[in-house]
Amino acid sequence: MKLLEYASKEVFRRFGLPVQEGKLAYTPEEARRVAETLKPPYVVKAQVPVGGRGKAGGVKLAHTPEEVEEKARHILNLTIKGVPVKKVLVTEAADIAHEYYLGVVVDRRNNQPVIMVSAEGGVDIEEVARTKPEAIHKLAVDPIWGLSDFQARQLAFRLFQDKKKALKAAGIIQKLYRAFQEVDAQLAEINPLVETPEGELLAVDAKIVVDDNALYRHPDLEQMRDMDYEEPKELEAKAADLSYVKLDGTIGCCVNGAGLAMATMDVIKHFGGEPANFLDIGGSSRPEKVIKAMEIITSDPNVKVIYFNIFGGITRCDDVARGLVEAFRTMEVKVPLVIRLTGTNEEEGRRILEESGIPLHTARTMSEGAQKAVALAQQAG
Amino acid sequence: MAILVGKDTRVVVQGITGRDGSFHTQLMLDYGTQVVAGVTPGKGGQEVHGVPVFDTVAEAVAQTGANASVIFVPARFAADAIMEAADAGVQLVVAITEGIPVHDMMRVMAYLKDKPTRLIGPNCPGLITPGEAKIGILPGQIFARGPVGVISRSGTLTYEIVSHLTAASLGQSTAIGIGGDPIIGSRFIDLLKLFNEDPETEAVVVIGEIGGTDEQEAAAYIKEHFTKPVVAFIAGRTAPPEKRMGHAGAIISGGTGTAAEKIAAFEAAGVPVAALPEEVATLVKEKLGR
Repeated sequence: MKLLEYASKEVFRRFGLPVQEGKLAYTPEEARRVAETLKPPYVVKAQVPVGGRGKAGGVKLAHTPEEVEEKARHILNLTIKGVPVKKVLVTEAADIAHEYYLGVVVDRRNNQPVIMVSAEGGVDIEEVARTKPEAIHKLAVDPIWGLSDFQARQLAFRLFQDKKKALKAAGIIQKLYRAFQEVDAQLAEINPLVETPEGELLAVDAKIVVDDNALYRHPDLEQMRDMDYEEPKELEAKAADLSYVKLDGTIGCCVNGAGLAMATMDVIKHFGGEPANFLDIGGSSRPEKVIKAMEIITSDPNVKVIYFNIFGGITRCDDVARGLVEAFRTMEVKVPLVIRLTGTNEEEGRRILEESGIPLHTARTMSEGAQKAVALAQQAG
Repeated sequence: MAILVGKDTRVVVQGITGRDGSFHTQLMLDYGTQVVAGVTPGKGGQEVHGVPVFDTVAEAVAQTGANASVIFVPARFAADAIMEAADAGVQLVVAITEGIPVHDMMRVMAYLKDKPTRLIGPNCPGLITPGEAKIGILPGQIFARGPVGVISRSGTLTYEIVSHLTAASLGQSTAIGIGGDPIIGSRFIDLLKLFNEDPETEAVVVIGEIGGTDEQEAAAYIKEHFTKPVVAFIAGRTAPPEKRMGHAGAIISGGTGTAAEKIAAFEAAGVPVAALPEEVATLVKEKLGR
């Protein structure tokens, strides 16, 4: 789960990281009222779950509350990388003497957290990693021992000549690591960490990605889930224990297993079609899950054909068949359905489908099913 | 020969009294796996399908000589279960459990560092040496014994590809699902090393997916050190960036971990990458000259 800047800053504040005063606003008027409680000058920042907002004009400086209102009106009308801006963060502006980067990330290659710091902050760190890798200093942390203060100091002294500032930065690195560890983050990042002309250090932008698998330990963070940008159908699917990602194509997919679901999308594309979604119904596919999957797929107006690709292992083909029959009984399915059903209890599954008389296009293999689905989608125009 | 698991492997099932643990214990027994013990803390003394249940793994190992473990316990207790098995000296631990927090897994991997235990998974279907034994949830009937080693990050996609191999009379020496999480106990490269040493394995199929760099590292290893033909498949060519495709590890982030990157790495290592799952068997046949 990705936390937006405002939510990440709220978490960082709890861990004692230096974050400026600021508040979220949904309307230009609200933004002005927030500014009235702060010291000028101000910054108005789009809160969107995509990068590159600065280049898209989603971050603006303002000197008066009236100007904040005007800038917020402009930003709230923007669409950044296809995402319409729904809220802005209004904060006090910081004078910038220098920008640094601080981040902690799960290094899946070495199975441990890695801290990365750089004096080249304020820009895309992946770009720095590509063009100037020597500008990034890394430290692997033992996940059992955690980060020692001396390690934080070693990193900080690589960024700062001034001893006082370096020690201050070491404290910030230590707090950032603690936040990373305690909220079960996959990424905790300050970019930029701003050094002001007065020598103050401020976390001006913040980003946290929390491990979905650990959310059960963090009910407070689960409440911070950004309902303004979550795809409602994806949340609905999640509640039903389905894994669904909406895409832009016309062929609605329903598959058991994530790898097979991805491969099904690829095979559809290979034969000239476009998948409307990724959908994994998971291992133990009770009939109710199949019904919910049908509801979610058919609610997408772009879907012109549905493709069920089931390789029964733990998933039983007869369960899938029963779910489908029930779905056809309880809802109006207006688009054709192609099904490939093989593996555990496939004979029983096929028999249930045949006896039900529901209109189906059957396929023996994954590729045959995909070709049929693509042809039907093309016929539907 | 095959690798890691065979008819002499003695398995303890952690979480044997749970729904999945009990169900798959029966299927493993039916397949011929020597399931010698189960563990559920607090339920020692019971039996499940005739298998004795113990309170601790240490006790199960002491009483039955178990040398492999399979874990079906719920995600929030699974990291502890892995460490308990390693502490008891179990050589092979197979974690089926899905949804273990990544911070828990980092601690597990640090704990395992100085131990001889090999971990497969988590979030994996397990492994099978056809005709001898299976550990995990793979459907035994689609496998046949033969010269092809299989290593995969996926479950059902493995079944899909294996069924084509079996239909093409290309049996398997051992097939291993390594799991779909970002942090896993054994990676492609670890198992390629074992297949390289296994005289029965004549070719290897690697089934990867988007996310991470394990495939790229495997490709580099194959190019330098692997002596047998390899064929690959990569799922997720059409997956959009920044979206998690079901598996916690299947995510393209910061422009890395794309299918294109992985396919290019394999091709540079002389490993053909099948465009469709059924083409894997055809490519293996060509490589083996059959």
